[in-house]
Amino acid sequence: MFDFLGANAWMADKVLLATWESIYMVMISTVLSYLVGLPLGVILVATSEGHIVENKSVNTVLGSIVNAVRSVPFIIFLILIIPLTRLIVGTPIGTIASIVPLTLAAIPFVARLVETSLKEIEWGLIEAALSMGANAWQVITKVLLPEAMPSLSLGVAITTINLVGYSAMAGIVGGGGLGTLAYYYGYQRYENGIMWITVIVLVVLVQLVQMLGDTLAAKISNKRM
Amino acid sequence: MIEVRNLTKIFTTSSQEILALDEVSLHVEKGEVFGIIGLSGAGKSTLIRCINMLEKPTSGSVVIDGVDITTLESSELRSARQKIGMIFQQFNLLSSRTVYDNVMFPLEIAGFPKKEATQRVEELLELVGLEDRSDSYPAQLSGGQKQRVGIARALANKPKLLLSDEATSALDPQTTRSILGLLKDINHRLGLTIMLITHDMNVIKQTCDRVAVIDDSQIVEVGKVVNIFSKPQTDTSRSFIGTVVNNDVPEQMLQGRAALETGHDSLLIRVSFIGESAGKPLISSMIKKFDVDANILYGNIDYIKETPFGYLALELTGLPNHINEGLAYLKGQGLEVEVIRGV
Ligand SMILES: Nc1ncnc2c1ncn2[C@@H]1O[C@H](COP(=O)(O)OP(=O)(O)OP(=O)(O)O)[C@@H](O)[C@H]1O
Ligand SMILES: [Mg+2]
Repeated sequence: MFDFLGANAWMADKVLLATWESIYMVMISTVLSYLVGLPLGVILVATSEGHIVENKSVNTVLGSIVNAVRSVPFIIFLILIIPLTRLIVGTPIGTIASIVPLTLAAIPFVARLVETSLKEIEWGLIEAALSMGANAWQVITKVLLPEAMPSLSLGVAITTINLVGYSAMAGIVGGGGLGTLAYYYGYQRYENGIMWITVIVLVVLVQLVQMLGDTLAAKISNKRM
Repeated sequence: MIEVRNLTKIFTTSSQEILALDEVSLHVEKGEVFGIIGLSGAGKSTLIRCINMLEKPTSGSVVIDGVDITTLESSELRSARQKIGMIFQQFNLLSSRTVYDNVMFPLEIAGFPKKEATQRVEELLELVGLEDRSDSYPAQLSGGQKQRVGIARALANKPKLLLSDEATSALDPQTTRSILGLLKDINHRLGLTIMLITHDMNVIKQTCDRVAVIDDSQIVEVGKVVNIFSKPQTDTSRSFIGTVVNNDVPEQMLQGRAALETGHDSLLIRVSFIGESAGKPLISSMIKKFDVDANILYGNIDYIKETPFGYLALELTGLPNHINEGLAYLKGQGLEVEVIRGV
């Protein structure tokens, strides 16, 4: 069962490549999902009741969309948006193609995480800024985001970790990376060694990301203490 | 400077309507320190927050230097707010910024040129005595220091009006004194109008020129601080004053009086002094003029904004008509005389 200890160089190459593909997919998807999810989260907070640009209809519509996407299990979501993936990338298979469902699924998740982080900020700080004549944009960029930075960076770590898991799922339907490796060699060819290596690599990746997130958050908080 | 007219604020929650301000009107002069005192829930914060429209009044107007700020549209309101500083009980400093950058914050909002802003921040830090802490973060400061940053920040845009919502309520008495001293100093030096709310009569006594007493959403009394202290018109005012000045004659003083000569009367009175009458030897001249004895039972003298103010509890003994003449003389000299007990 532990024959991976004697795995040859060819295998090592495969694992390395798959690991790189996974990291690549996850990183790009994380960045892209924040590009959309962060503004979305900000809008969800700012348009909520009593907030700086209260707007019930915008808030309700965005909130419902976010909830709808989040309620679809990822494995179903993957299949559901194949036509869209094909439209954007040209093919539903491979590392690049996986970025589409990963990003789309992560956007609402990121939006809610950002929303939670921003809601933790004391209203008094926002009021202080308003009392100085700040506009909504200034409140967002000078108060909300900087004040929430420690919590936002933990959110990035959580999102990345989630995407590591999702990317493995995407791999099973041909998304590339560690998921595909585990599926082809581990599941279809009964090579348990590969399976275990994949698991170990995933565990290490997740640990690394969490550590990075924790360190970053602590660093920001400590500087302020 | 500020003219508040018929200001009403009703908060509508899902379960009820709360009348927080009921037709409140008041006037604040340019350059004065105007206090608002009231019990918790009386509507103080709501009132001061209506002055810079953090709270939108249900009806009524707030005119600052001729401009009714309740009618401004949002961009005009933002520029108006830049000229109204505000300080808070919880300081509300940005934890993500150093002391220096916190003071810079309102200048960034106002779009100050960088070079002028830098100079202004340095001036302000010097004014509040924190020039050596400019690189500290708020979490590294004491409450008093945080409030000094709050004050520097509120003054950054050279406002004409400073609003203070219980700015010293989270501080110990000594720190409170130093912060109030700073506010007074700013008021003198910059001619800044200050409107401050508090539930602590000591704060009013130490800092304000005039005070409004607010009770149950209404202003029940407005006037010069000395006047409110010496002649409170309402029970609310009297109980606030009671927290600072002990106005009651201690019970044991009323006991065990000296035996009276035959034909003599005894009268227990309380004489209140205010202003210059406190400096005159009126009691001793009464004793000489009218042949009455005055036994001092209890007394208290204090200063409010350089005006002496206090009272004496006296037992007057002598022939009844002498006592009456003496009383009339004291009243004629402008003293407040109140008979506590006759015999
Ligand atoms: N946002 C709000 N929504 C509903 N009711 C409110 C709101 N703000 C204040 N109130 C109510 O209005 C009344 C006046 O409140 P306000 O905060 O002005 O009192 P205050 O005099 O400042 O009291 P304190 O000394 O405790 O700060 C209270 O009954 C309070 O519950
Ligand atoms: Mg209050």
